[in-house]
Amino acid sequence: MAAPDGMTIIALGLPFIAALVAPALVRRLGHNAVWALALFPLFVFVRFLEFLPEIAGGEAVTGGFQWAPSYNVSFSWFLDGLSLTFALLISAIGTLIVFYTGGYLKGHAQLGRFYSFIFLFMGSMLGLVVSDSFLMLFVYWELTSITSFLLIGFDHGREASRRAALQALIVTGLGGLSLMAGLLVTWNITGVTQLSLLVGLGEEVRASPFYLMALILLLGGAFTKSAQFPFHFWLPNAMEAPTPVSAYLHSATMVKAGVYLVMRMNPAFGDTVAWETILPVFGGATLLIGSLLAIRQTDLKLMLAYTTVSSLGLMVMMTGFGSEHAAAAGVLYLVAHSMFKGALFMLAGNIDHESGTRDITRLGGLRKLMPISFLAAMAAALSMGGLPPFFGFLSKEEIYYGLWHMDAWSVLFVLVAIVGNGLMFVIGFAIAIKPFLGKEVETPKHAHEAPFLMWIGPATLATGGFLAAVLSPLFHRFVSSPMVSAVTGRPEEITISLLPHIGMPLLLSLITIVFAVLVYLKLDAARAAIAATLAAIGWGPDRGFDQFISGTVRLSRRVTKFVQPGQLDIYMTATFAAVAITLIAPMVIFDELPALPVWPADAEIHELAVILIAFIGLGAVISAKDRLTAIVSLGIQGFAVALIFMLFGAPDLSFTQFMVETLSVVILALVMTRLRLSPADHRPTGQKIVDATVSIACGAGFMLYLLSVTEVPFRSYLSDFFIAYSKTIAHGANIVNVIIVDFRGTDTLGEIAVVMVTGLAILSLIRVRPGWKPGMLAENDPDAPRQEKK
Amino acid sequence: MEPLFALLVGALFAVSIYLFLSKHIIRVLMGVAILGNAVNLLIFTNGRLLREVPPVIPVDEATLQQAAANPLPQALILTAIVISFSFFAFLLVLGYRAFQELETDDTDEMRVAEPVDEEAPPLGY
Repeated sequence: MAAPDGMTIIALGLPFIAALVAPALVRRLGHNAVWALALFPLFVFVRFLEFLPEIAGGEAVTGGFQWAPSYNVSFSWFLDGLSLTFALLISAIGTLIVFYTGGYLKGHAQLGRFYSFIFLFMGSMLGLVVSDSFLMLFVYWELTSITSFLLIGFDHGREASRRAALQALIVTGLGGLSLMAGLLVTWNITGVTQLSLLVGLGEEVRASPFYLMALILLLGGAFTKSAQFPFHFWLPNAMEAPTPVSAYLHSATMVKAGVYLVMRMNPAFGDTVAWETILPVFGGATLLIGSLLAIRQTDLKLMLAYTTVSSLGLMVMMTGFGSEHAAAAGVLYLVAHSMFKGALFMLAGNIDHESGTRDITRLGGLRKLMPISFLAAMAAALSMGGLPPFFGFLSKEEIYYGLWHMDAWSVLFVLVAIVGNGLMFVIGFAIAIKPFLGKEVETPKHAHEAPFLMWIGPATLATGGFLAAVLSPLFHRFVSSPMVSAVTGRPEEITISLLPHIGMPLLLSLITIVFAVLVYLKLDAARAAIAATLAAIGWGPDRGFDQFISGTVRLSRRVTKFVQPGQLDIYMTATFAAVAITLIAPMVIFDELPALPVWPADAEIHELAVILIAFIGLGAVISAKDRLTAIVSLGIQGFAVALIFMLFGAPDLSFTQFMVETLSVVILALVMTRLRLSPADHRPTGQKIVDATVSIACGAGFMLYLLSVTEVPFRSYLSDFFIAYSKTIAHGANIVNVIIVDFRGTDTLGEIAVVMVTGLAILSLIRVRPGWKPGMLAENDPDAPRQEKK
Repeated sequence: MEPLFALLVGALFAVSIYLFLSKHIIRVLMGVAILGNAVNLLIFTNGRLLREVPPVIPVDEATLQQAAANPLPQALILTAIVISFSFFAFLLVLGYRAFQELETDDTDEMRVAEPVDEEAPPLGY
């Protein structure tokens, strides 16, 4: 680990600082704060741009500092082609999003808070992709989930928003736990806690018996985050967030964290049968399902959301396919997707913002009113459809190049790719053409071009897609090739350019386009067909989520009702049954029951008489039929105990007990006569049997305990201490009193305080105005509407 | 003597817990009173029994010269008696007030804090 360099630390911390100052800036400058705020991500972008030459030269930059050296935990970063490309995408698109938000949420009362959340996310996402240590990766991973929750739930007044936020948090949060477990298993296998070290340990990882376990756990994190089937459902719901969030988190960056993880793990975990089966199968399924569901939608944002799902599937599929070209295709597609999808989301937001609707069937003819948006949308759609001269074309050629082999497995995935790509092509052009071309349609708002802040982002990204393709040798040298090298773990060079090679990939591209055009012409019919199929199935993971949540709530209610039925006698029975079991069970299990006691030969007749009186008193308490008997017999057992104290060398106790028993009886008599409470036992017989069993078991438990204790010799060293020092140190002859007022003086002070507090409590209880009626609690309910005082 | 005391302690506990399990607060309160005695006698017997000689040091001695009762449990119990008495008095008044306000001494009918018809938690978001 190299020495920490200050600029990188600043760059990593800067978004968090921006999150702190954003609300204050917005409050002071209004929406003009956007210019100041955009400087933060711009600085980060420039800082990471400086690494480009070094990384392009095949170096990897590490840095950081020890965090908890005893656990081998460090705060350290690891920059290679993969993380650097991600960092550049995050900061560059982040800058554009800051601009876009300034236009989209202009005048919004919570603009400052929104910026704050966006910057928090930016910092977390940056941290995630540059993290070297496992712990840091996990912490930032969870932070992105939390900030995503905050942003989806930004409009928290709406229930749909809250539901989507919670759903995203639960799905990605569970995935985060899975990731943590996976990282721990990986740590256990390799003994390293740093990604930079892990990538070189592929042999060890793949040979381990825990390989599959680690793989599945890690993929659990990656698949939930990157919305792979069957965890895809949270992503379209996340479209409840304001459009800048959808463009930034849920297409360009955060949802790619799972793809990032898969790509990062490829050198260590890849090149096995499990890897090359699980990833393409789940990725391919996600690609197909996502693109089919996208066709079904008419809402611009939802169409884009489902194609994002399918794009993520495509990336996972390509990463797991196992050849250099497939990995390269995944990388190129990832970069292309960030640009065209980010742009399309912002454009969908523009259309919504300016025309008042994002239902594609209610839009048309916006081309003259919104020319810049139209141009940007066409450019982005061409890239999404994989047509020259845009970067998407390069990635699609590479996809077919990577997939095309002459075996059944490859042909299957070529077919999957053709269908998926074709359907995404359809969606891309549906969004770029339908709202803009054709007859002008009456929209809820009269549309006109979006303000500068709102078109600069998509225009820049669309231009970026063009420039990256035209300047592909340069782009490959600095971005794509280092990134692919990081994914495969070997130096690779990407050469694909805009010049088409006559061959299978080009033919497959043409087939894709023909297929897409056919579907496009029949779009309405296709939409209806898919809708009918979905209606026939009638259940999806999204509904399953609702059932899961309501099921959990109902279950917890049942558990609560069971353990807290609200009846005191049930609580008491459970408590004392537990006491009896705790006392008796260990003695029985460990065979420590006391020996059968012998009759004490030295028992004198008056002692026996006193004990007998105590028994009689107890019996009388139980069987008392009227108040007086109950009170008197309670007094009898109390006085008997006092006599026992007297007989066994405890006169102080005896006096106190006499006084206390007398007072108790007096107070009890007062209360009982005032309330005319019946002392007789009204329990039904069954109840009596249960109660008697529990109480006798408890009593027996205490008896056995006491017998066991008194069986063993007494160790008197504590008492000896008090006996020895009572007079010599504390100058008192009555040892009991010396203990109370001297050795344990503080304790006695506490006791006096308790007595005082109970006295005060009694006083206040008696003085409280009587006359409580049911329903009076509602008067103190802070949520209840305030009533006017008369 | 200890086995006899163990029997008595067991009986005290059994009776007090039997009263505790009743639904009528007045019987629960009597159980509280007896429980205090049960615990005190338990502590007392734990420290072993010795007849009639209180742990008081004679005037002209520095420490006890002859065997005497164990002073430590006595000190503990002395504290416990006073506390349990104040607690008992508090509970009695509390029960008295509860009866005044709720017009019942049956714990099953004292459901203000945990009402029988408590609303189910919302199933929405």
